[in-house]
Amino acid sequence: MTGTHIFSIVVAIGSVVSMLELLRRRQLKEKYAVLWLGVGIGMLVLGAFPVLLNKVADAVGVKDPPNLLLFAAALLLLLVCVHLSWEASRLEEKTRTLAEEVALLRQKIDNP
Amino acid sequence: MRCLVIVPAYNEEASVGAVVDHVRSARVPDTDILVVDDGSSDATTAKASAAGAIVVTLPFNLGVGGAMRAGYKFARDGGYDAAIQVDADGQHDASDLPSLLAALEGVDIVIGARFAGRGDYGVRGPRRWAMKLLARSLSKTCATPLTDVTSGHRAVNRRAIALFAAHYPSEYLGDTVESLVMAARAGLRVTQVPVAMHPRLTGTPSQTPLRAALYFGRALMILVLARIRRMPTLEES
Repeated sequence: MTGTHIFSIVVAIGSVVSMLELLRRRQLKEKYAVLWLGVGIGMLVLGAFPVLLNKVADAVGVKDPPNLLLFAAALLLLLVCVHLSWEASRLEEKTRTLAEEVALLRQKIDNP
Repeated sequence: MRCLVIVPAYNEEASVGAVVDHVRSARVPDTDILVVDDGSSDATTAKASAAGAIVVTLPFNLGVGGAMRAGYKFARDGGYDAAIQVDADGQHDASDLPSLLAALEGVDIVIGARFAGRGDYGVRGPRRWAMKLLARSLSKTCATPLTDVTSGHRAVNRRAIALFAAHYPSEYLGDTVESLVMAARAGLRVTQVPVAMHPRLTGTPSQTPLRAALYFGRALMILVLARIRRMPTLEES
């Protein structure tokens, strides 16, 4: 077992454990945790059996396996970022609506 | 006809009282004055209350669009027949209110336009080009000649109140430009009347070349977005 091999397994275990801990402390909604748990487990599998990456790369016709990994990682992060922007826009709209409702209600309470 | 004057105000303690007094002195019959304090950190709410306006205080700053949607909700829930936006910095002349209201006959939205002959409100450079481009494009969308689509001085009727109470855009320029596109695409009729415009009572207008260029870019962006965005219909509001 090489140093990088051990290192990638440790990083993968670390990310899975921290996701589980965040979930346990109710700091993370399940829908986000599932995604990152999946990513962590994927990292763990690839870290433990790097030869899997070569096989997948072969199967989809990518010559250099690390390129496939980088491409997949970049794509995943891009999708996650877009999703978070979308969530933030929705939350902003909800906050705005709440702020308006609160202001209107307070006006009603103060002037019965 | 019951009418609500909506005054969105953000840190306007120096002028909001005078604006409320000014609107009241115009003696438009059956009219209430609502000041929407847009999360001000100064005494805007206190000054507006002291001047006798109804005051709705937002818990934090939402921008003109947010303040106006709250105002339109108040108008909708209160059963008002018309709502008119008057800015808290004293730029709008309350003596124009009757002509804005009179023009509501037969249309849903009346814009108080600054370049339509009266007043002496001068804008130059990229900002002016942006305003011209917006005006030309929106005239097409609304199928009526409009010269000043970024004017916030507007009167709207019940139909427009219902639409805006549910869907008034909050982004920059959304409150003026996008709201007009939204209204036109929902089938509301728009027209304009000339109004006078005063220099602000307080504060300085922001005019640097960079800002003007940025304004132009944002105007283009809003125009394109407003065209391709899915828009609410009247039934949805």
